[in-house]
Amino acid sequence: MGVTEKSWAELTAEEKRDHRYEAWLNPPGFEFASPEGEATYKAAVTRISDAYSLRVPDRVPVSMNMGWYPVNWAGYTSYEAMYDYSKAADAYLRFNRHFRADVMATPSFMAIPGKAFELLEYRLYDWPGHGTPEDAGFQYKDQEWMSIEEYDHLIEDPTDFFYSTYAPRIAGAYEGFSLLSTPFDLVEMPFGRLNMGPWGIPEVHAGLKKLMAAAEEVGAWAQRIFPAVDTLQAEGFARGRGGFSKAPYDFIGDSLRGTRGMLMDLYRAPEKVIEACNRLAPLMVRWTLRHATNDTIPGIFMPLHKGADGFMSLEQFKTFYWPSLRAVLLGLIEEGFTPFLFAEGRYASRLETICDLPKGKTVWLFDQTDMERAKETIGQVACIQGNLPLSLAHAGTVAEVTTYCKHLIDVAGPGGGYVMDLGGVTDSAKQENIEAMINTTKEYGIY
Amino acid sequence: MAHELVEAIVGMKEKDALRIVEEMLERGEDPQSILDLGQEAMQIVGDRFEEGSFFLPELMLSGEMLRRIAELLKPKMAAGAVRREKLGRVVLGTVRGDIHDIGKDIVGFVLDINGFEVIDLGINVPEEKFVEAVREHRPRVLALSGFLSLAFDSMKSTIAQVDEAGLADGLHVIIGGGQMDETVRNYTGAEAYGEDAMAAVTFAKQNVEVS
Repeated sequence: MGVTEKSWAELTAEEKRDHRYEAWLNPPGFEFASPEGEATYKAAVTRISDAYSLRVPDRVPVSMNMGWYPVNWAGYTSYEAMYDYSKAADAYLRFNRHFRADVMATPSFMAIPGKAFELLEYRLYDWPGHGTPEDAGFQYKDQEWMSIEEYDHLIEDPTDFFYSTYAPRIAGAYEGFSLLSTPFDLVEMPFGRLNMGPWGIPEVHAGLKKLMAAAEEVGAWAQRIFPAVDTLQAEGFARGRGGFSKAPYDFIGDSLRGTRGMLMDLYRAPEKVIEACNRLAPLMVRWTLRHATNDTIPGIFMPLHKGADGFMSLEQFKTFYWPSLRAVLLGLIEEGFTPFLFAEGRYASRLETICDLPKGKTVWLFDQTDMERAKETIGQVACIQGNLPLSLAHAGTVAEVTTYCKHLIDVAGPGGGYVMDLGGVTDSAKQENIEAMINTTKEYGIY
Repeated sequence: MAHELVEAIVGMKEKDALRIVEEMLERGEDPQSILDLGQEAMQIVGDRFEEGSFFLPELMLSGEMLRRIAELLKPKMAAGAVRREKLGRVVLGTVRGDIHDIGKDIVGFVLDINGFEVIDLGINVPEEKFVEAVREHRPRVLALSGFLSLAFDSMKSTIAQVDEAGLADGLHVIIGGGQMDETVRNYTGAEAYGEDAMAAVTFAKQNVEVS
């Protein structure tokens, strides 16, 4: 605490890391609801920090990899949660208070404001009432938003590409931006006709009005949602995520080229893929940093998509996916963060490759990867988390869930470095099965 | 030794493959025999995918090559000549509430290159639409795709509604997608679940009578 900006820059990676973990354990200026709340919170953060750092905690921590289940459990549809922020806040408050995991299920990545999507005329997702039913969540539309010819533009000037080309494609509100000059033109005489002129074009004005309205909506949403997160923290629930980042390959594949385009680019433009991934790697780190302060908690959520088993060969993984992802991880670690990687699907063939990381500085949440093998490999250099199957949570019995969780604790728990969790993003489950996961961990997971 | 066109496709040499096809057409070679070579190459690609030496990039690119070759051949072929005898019919779709299409499309593609007629209903397909399609097309196989856990319930109700409509006789149902396993199979009442696209082909081959 009390670190000035200048001294922060002089800190080593290890000192930055210590600072973030300390700020997580003792949130600066934060008031807890009660001494019990504070004690519960600190025990939870200590427990998770120990697991992340490959120390042996008092017991296995338990987390809940939640999609829309908290909302459904509370009796609301996804549509209601995305349009009535009070209902979203209510759902997450009640959900966390009922299940009492160590890490809180947070609304900030799920119950996002549908009205703002509408005002933006956002095209990257379908959402309840706009392409998906009211009881389904928002889902990514897998499309090509950048052509293969545009790699050069992206590599040469990513900000200009995003501002003038990408944004106008993905949201109606940004369409006018294609008429503006690039931010670089602000140099010397920013009042020049070609710089200022386009700001007077009616399409640009119309877009700006939409953006202002969307910003107001996001503000209204934040006013409902973040106090609920603070309330939960004050009662003893630990937040798990301090920010967000992505593997450069996924960033390009998910948001720019689409799955089909990206897969074929490995043969059609392999050098461009590698060049673009390398170009974006430091930008991924800066993206996270811009949204963080020195007191931001260490866990940085990184959902991994297009490098899993089946999506490419191991050789392709080592060539196209891993080097730039590793660069992002090292960059985040250098800033004192602990990248939290959600390896959705199966990662069996990647386990040896991903071991090439500093010890105790990353967390890997596995979905369908065998946890015994994960423990033997990446589990020796990083905390592992997961992999209670969604199918068991949804359709299994309490006895099956309990047996599975005990097995997980037996194989992944020894020596610390394990967090109990569901392997996949949970939209639906049986209440008693989630309770069984939590209770089994609290009883059977004591070291 | 395989034909150079087969080698180009299997070797993922897209430009070479298209150039070879153009040269063959210029020499006046029979479009149907060119297409047969394309099919031969796809068989090899499918085999390598099944044995685990090819992955999605190769499957996607070879499919794209075949599509582009077929486009080159189309003007030269008599109408209807491309049609081949199909092994059987499969109705395919991503279930209600889920808009994930990549997995479904890959299953459709490998079924197609393995000789099945695929009726793809698209994504976010309501139960009634599956029932209608089964009634209309009378497939031997119904393949339900889904990535999210909400798909478990949509699959279950789709299978139940097909059953209630009296259409289950002789119909074989397989489910597939990220989270499918024996527990989900049992929950939904499907006959099988697939861990990858080739599982759908194996299942379909087991359950259709070659006509």
